[in-house]
Amino acid sequence: MTDQAPLLLEARGMTIWRGDNLLMDELNVSVRAGSIIQIQGTNGSGKTTLLRALIGLAEFDEGEIFWCGKPFFEVRDELYADVLYLGHKPGISPGLTPLENIQALCPELGVDCRDAVLAVLEELAIADRIDLPSAALSAGQKRRIALARLRLQRGRLWVLDEPLTSLDTNGYDWVREEIRHHVGLGGAVVFTTHQALSFEPLHVDSIVLGGELS
Amino acid sequence: MSAPAPASPPAPALTASRAEVGLFTLFARVYKRDLTLTVRTAGQWLNTLLFFIIVVSLFPLGIGPGPQTLSTIAPGIVWVSALLSMMLSLDSLFANDFRDGTLEQFVVSGQPLSVIVVAKVLAHWTTGGLPLVLLSPLLGLVMQLPDAAYGVLLLSLLIGTLALSFIGGIGAALIVSVNQGGVLLSLLVLPLTVPVLIFGSGAVTSAGLGLTTSMQVSVLAAILALSVSLAPLAMAGALRVGVAAGR
Repeated sequence: MTDQAPLLLEARGMTIWRGDNLLMDELNVSVRAGSIIQIQGTNGSGKTTLLRALIGLAEFDEGEIFWCGKPFFEVRDELYADVLYLGHKPGISPGLTPLENIQALCPELGVDCRDAVLAVLEELAIADRIDLPSAALSAGQKRRIALARLRLQRGRLWVLDEPLTSLDTNGYDWVREEIRHHVGLGGAVVFTTHQALSFEPLHVDSIVLGGELS
Repeated sequence: MSAPAPASPPAPALTASRAEVGLFTLFARVYKRDLTLTVRTAGQWLNTLLFFIIVVSLFPLGIGPGPQTLSTIAPGIVWVSALLSMMLSLDSLFANDFRDGTLEQFVVSGQPLSVIVVAKVLAHWTTGGLPLVLLSPLLGLVMQLPDAAYGVLLLSLLIGTLALSFIGGIGAALIVSVNQGGVLLSLLVLPLTVPVLIFGSGAVTSAGLGLTTSMQVSVLAAILALSVSLAPLAMAGALRVGVAAGR
């Protein structure tokens, strides 16, 4: 990775204990514009914890987080306005339709965003569900609704926790293209996944937790 | 390496930040969302209302329909029942959003969390508190409440249930990551609600006796002002911690 690209997020000396388990010791992470970082590790090695800790969504024992060079607590809202976080839980309320869910999660979209949402859902092949209760959607369809935000919401840093969970191969390809496109524009992506995902010819930095993977 | 040259500025799509959202727009969005959700799951808010009706209407059956006794205890009974119904329903204020992950999205949305929280509390009050207030005269009738007290009953419950929603919301936010936190919520919040209860039922009692009630109502209003201004900050803080602590 080029060192001159602007540094977006930096974590210094991250130490996280979970009970008696030392998940990571003095780990440094720097996320530069235009980079892809994959957090790898076995189950329970702390991938999600690290990912969440990077944006202040999980507690850590030691370490500091900087956004564009400033300490986290000074620029928290600035950071959140520039981050798109997709968690393990998709953030889809079963009582709302996909359109209502997306509107709730992206308040900056106007009231008349229906067409824009529809266009993205069409790509994701779930446009016909736009006005049905989300309770009737399968896990993969809920994941697709959540992923639609990659296209609808702005944010230089994408933080994606297992974005491929319950997706089919078409879904894989869509996510891969979105990430490639985003990085091409100068954004950055940090994600965890169990699947092998190649972004040729882009370079992917890896952080391996909990010892070497076999 | 196909990444853009480091010297060139990032593409415009990424430098432009998200469109500004006015505080009122944000409030209206979240308020409407929560109302929609509640209306679609009728069970939850009907529960609160039914609990209120059942508890109050059981007293005449248990104590006997003597107007003298009933009218003496009526303000206390109606007020205690309203308080308990509110506590019962507050359990679910943040629980569903926490479970499906919407809450953590609100936390990282970059929007002011306290505005979101106020919208949620007010939406909750609209479906859980306001119906209690509107129904209270009917239950006053069941409890032989003196004629002079109805106006104050409505007014004190209107102010009181709002204050209870905000105070209870702090408790609901604190226990958001705790499984089965209902009892904990009552333990945390009930002591804080005692002043509301004392001045609320005190006002109704005074009104029934034909005395002036401006003191009690003013204190209630002061408690409301205090809780509306401070509780949102406390709730936002508690939710940030709760989301970071829980899964």
